[in-house]
Amino acid sequence: MSAPLVEVSAISRSYAMRSGMFGRAAAVHAVDGVSLTIAKGETLGLVGESGSGKSTTGRIVLGLEPPDRGEVRFDGKPMAAPGTPAWRAQRARMQMIFQDPLGALDRRLPVAAQIREPLDIHGIGTPADREARVRELLRAVELTPAHDARYPGALSGGQRQRIVLARALATKPDFLVCDEPVSALDVSIQAQVVNLLCDLQAQLSLTLLFISHDLRVVRQISNVVAVMYLGRIVEIGSADDLFARPEHPYTQALVSASPAPGRRSAGRIVLAGDPPNPAARPQGCAFHPRCPRAIARCKSEVPALAAVGGDRQVACHLVTGAETRDAA
Amino acid sequence: MMGRYFAIRIGRAALTIVLVVTFAFVVLRLSGDPALMILGPEAPSEVLAAFRKAWGLDDPIWFQYLDYFGAIAKGELGRSMRDGRPAIELVLERIPATLALTLPAFAFKVALGVPAGIYAALHRGSAIDRAVMMTAVAGFTVPSFVLALILVLVFAVQLGWLPSGGQDSWRHAILPIATLSLGGAAVLARFTRSAMLEVLGQPYIRTASAKGVPWRKVVTSHALPNAAIPSVTILGFMVGTLIAGAVVVESVFAWPGVGRLLVVAVANRDLAVVQCILLLVAMTMVTSNLIVDFLYGFLDPRLRTKGAHA
Amino acid sequence: MVTPLVSIQDLRVAFGGVSVLRGVDITLQQGEALGLVGESGSGKSVTWLAALGLLPRHAQISGSVRLEGREILGAPAAELDHVRGGRIAMIFQDPASALNPVLTIRRQLCEALALHRDLQGNAVKAEARRLLDLVGIPDAGRRLEAYPHEFSGGQVQRIMIAMALAGNPDVLIADEPTTALDATIQAQILELLSTVRREFGMAMVLISHDLGVVAENCDRVAVMYAGRIVEEAPANQLFADPVHPYAQGLIGALPPLDGPRRRLTAIPGTVPDPAKMPEGCAFAPRCALAAEPCGHAAPTLAPIANDRSVACIRAEASRRALLGIAAE
Repeated sequence: MSAPLVEVSAISRSYAMRSGMFGRAAAVHAVDGVSLTIAKGETLGLVGESGSGKSTTGRIVLGLEPPDRGEVRFDGKPMAAPGTPAWRAQRARMQMIFQDPLGALDRRLPVAAQIREPLDIHGIGTPADREARVRELLRAVELTPAHDARYPGALSGGQRQRIVLARALATKPDFLVCDEPVSALDVSIQAQVVNLLCDLQAQLSLTLLFISHDLRVVRQISNVVAVMYLGRIVEIGSADDLFARPEHPYTQALVSASPAPGRRSAGRIVLAGDPPNPAARPQGCAFHPRCPRAIARCKSEVPALAAVGGDRQVACHLVTGAETRDAA
Repeated sequence: MMGRYFAIRIGRAALTIVLVVTFAFVVLRLSGDPALMILGPEAPSEVLAAFRKAWGLDDPIWFQYLDYFGAIAKGELGRSMRDGRPAIELVLERIPATLALTLPAFAFKVALGVPAGIYAALHRGSAIDRAVMMTAVAGFTVPSFVLALILVLVFAVQLGWLPSGGQDSWRHAILPIATLSLGGAAVLARFTRSAMLEVLGQPYIRTASAKGVPWRKVVTSHALPNAAIPSVTILGFMVGTLIAGAVVVESVFAWPGVGRLLVVAVANRDLAVVQCILLLVAMTMVTSNLIVDFLYGFLDPRLRTKGAHA
Repeated sequence: MVTPLVSIQDLRVAFGGVSVLRGVDITLQQGEALGLVGESGSGKSVTWLAALGLLPRHAQISGSVRLEGREILGAPAAELDHVRGGRIAMIFQDPASALNPVLTIRRQLCEALALHRDLQGNAVKAEARRLLDLVGIPDAGRRLEAYPHEFSGGQVQRIMIAMALAGNPDVLIADEPTTALDATIQAQILELLSTVRREFGMAMVLISHDLGVVAENCDRVAVMYAGRIVEEAPANQLFADPVHPYAQGLIGALPPLDGPRRRLTAIPGTVPDPAKMPEGCAFAPRCALAAEPCGHAAPTLAPIANDRSVACIRAEASRRALLGIAAE
C-alpha cells in the first residue's frame, strides 16, 4: 500500500441548532471523532443515511469547514490556514463535485468559460494553453468540442455532471471529493459517469473520497468503504469484503436493504424506528435503539472502532467484545 | 408553544411603537427649538427662557423624552398651530369621514378581488382569466389620482350622474369609494390568483384528487385554506391603510377626512397635527401587522408547533 | 378468460402537441403486483395519472382505460371520484408535500373514509385510528390530531398508505413510494406495502426507477422507454434473461453488490427529447444492436412466449424463426 495522501485524525464538528424558532439551542454532533486515511490513487467510499455526517466529513477533509477538534493532513502536511497562499496552493490540488450539477454551474456562462475559470483563477498557463486545456478536458470527459459554447441549461443531467467534472480536473488535482455525484442521474447515465470516473482515476492516478448513500455505486468505485452512523464510523474495510460479509448490525441491515434484481429477499433485515436524529443522539452505541441484537452494554458504553482481523475495523460490542462474542 | 408565539409578537409590536415614538421625538427636537419656532426669532431672551421653563424645555433631554412618552400615553399630542385646539381632537373628528370611505372600499376590494383571483386561477388561460388579469394590471398601474380624474370626467362631467366632490350625501361617497376599491381589488385579484395557482400546483392537491375528493371540495377544503396564508399578508397591509390610505382620493374629491387634514397640515407646517396623524398611522400599521401574525399562527400549524418534532 | 381488473389500451398522452405517452397497453389482474420501471420521462407515472384523470386539463389523452370492463377514461367526474380512492388508490413520491400542511391527519384520513365507506360519527374516527395503527404509527389515537410536519418522511408515507387503504381499494398505485427515503426506511415501507397488499388482497402497481425494488416486490414487470412499453415479463425471467436491448442495458448498468466487479455496460447517449422523437424504434439511436430496419417503423409489443412480450424487431425475427416462418 502506498503512502497516504489524506490523513484524517479524530475530527469532530458540532453545530448549534435551534429546535424551532425560539427553542433552546442544542449541540448537534455532525461528526464525532472520525479518523480515515486514503492512500494515493485509491478511493475511499463513505456510505450512510441522511444525518450520518458523511457530507460534513467531506467538507472538513476538503478544508471547506474547520473541524472543532482533530486534524486533516494532506500529503503529509497539515491543512494551511484559509486564505493564505499555501492554502490556495493546497486547494488547487483538491477539488469537489456535488450531487446537483446545475446548482454548481453558472447558467449564464457557456460551459467552456466555466471549465477555464479555475485556470484563470490560479493563473495557470497562457491564454492559448488554457484554450487547449479546455479542449483536452472536454475530450477527457467524453464530450465533443461542440459542447463548449453551450449553456448549462441546454445540456442533460449527465452532460452537466461531466462539465462539473472537467472543471474540477482543470487544475490537475490529486484529490477529488465526490458528494453523491450520480444520485440525481438515471441508471443508464449513472453508469456512464461511474465508468468515466473509474477511467479518469486510473489515467490521472486520482485519489477519491466518494460519498454516497448508494451501496452499489460505492462498491463499484471504492477500494475501501467506511460506513457512518450518526457522525461516527461504525465499520470500515475493503469494499468487496465489507459488502460480502458485513459485521456491524447496521451495515448488515444496509446491505440487506439494498434490493437486487434476481435475488428475492430471503430474511431481509428491516430495522425498526425512524432515521436517527443527530440532535438527539442516544447514549452508548448510537445505533442501539434500532439494533435487533442490542445488549445491555450497548445502552451505556460507546463501542470503539477496533480491528477484527484483516483490514476490517468494527465499532460494535457484539463483534469486538471478547466475552460477548464467546457467549453469542 | 402557541402562547410563546403570540407573546413574542406582541413584544415586537410594542417595541415598534416605542421606536416610532422615539423617532417622532427625535425628529421633533431636530426640527429646531420649539421656543424659537413658536415665539419667533425676534422674541426677547427673557421671554424665551420663561417659555422654555414653562414647557420644560430646559429639563435634561432624557427627562423630556420620558415626559413625551407620558404625554402620548395620555393622548396629549400638542395643539394645532392654526386654531389652538388639541391635535388629537382634530384628527379624531376626521376619522369617521375617512372610515366612511375606506371601510366600504375595503369590503368591495375583498368582495371583488378575492373571487376574481380565485376564479382566474381555477380557469387559468381562459378568456375570463386573461380579462381579469388585464383589468388587474390596468388597475394597479393607473395611479389613483388619474383613476379619480377619469371617474370624475365620465360620471360627473360627462354623464352628470354623480357629484365631483364634497360630502353632502351618500352619493358624494360613490366616486371616492370606487376609486379606492378598483385599485385595491386589482392588487388583491392578482395576489389571490398567484397564491391560488401556487397551491393548486402542490402535490397535496393531487393527493386529495387521487383519494376521490370532488374537485369543488378540493378547492374549498384543501386549496383555499392554504392560499389564505399568503393572502392574509396583503389583507393586513390593506387594513393598515384604512386610516391614511385615502390621502390622494380625499384631496381630489374634497372629502374632509384624515388624509385631507394631513395634506393641509403639511402645507401649513402644523407640526402637532402631522405628528399626531403619523403616530396614529404607525399604530394602525403595527396593530394590523399584529393581527396578521395572529392569523398566521391560526392558519398555519407549522408556525405554531415548529420544531416540536425535528 | 376472466375480465382483467384494469385494462389499458393504446393510451396516448400529449402536452401541447408533444407526445409523452405513445400507445401503452397494460392489463392488471386481481391481486397481482405489477412493476413499472423506466428512467425519468419514460411515461411510467403519466400512464396512471392519465388513467385516473389526474393530469392537468391541457393534457390531450386518448385510448381506453377499463376497470372491470367499464370505461373510465373520460368518465363523468362523479364516477371518477368514486373510482379514485375507492377502487384505485394512489400514493406518491415526495412525502414532505403529499399531505395538506394545514389539516390534521385525522381530517385527511376521515375525509377519505367519509367518501368511500358507509361509516357514521365515532366509527369514522375509530376506523382512522385503526388504520394508523395498522400502518405502524405508534400512539395512533394521539397522533391523529397532529399535523403532517410533525411526522418524519417515512411516517408520512405510512400515513399516505393508511389513507390509500381507507377506501378499501382493489388496486394501489405506488408511484416511486420510497425514492425520497433512506435505505433502511425504504425497506420498512416496502415491507409494509407487501403486508397490506396480502392482507387486503389488493393488486399493486409499483412504479420505480429502481430495478431492485421492482424485482423484489413484483410478480410481473413492464419496462418503459420513451412513452412505450418495450418489454414485459415475469419479474424473475426479466432480470435473469432480458430480451430487449434497453432492458439488457438497464440491468447491465446496475452495479452488482456481490461477486466480481465488472465494468458497467452503460447505455450510450441520452433519452430522446419527446419533441424530437426519432423515426422508428425510439431506442435505436442508443442501441448497440440497431440495424437499418429499426429506423423505419416502431416495433409493436408482441408476445415471444406465453407470458412475455417484447417490442423489438430482433425479438420479432427470433420469434418468427421459432415458429418456423422465414424472417424475410
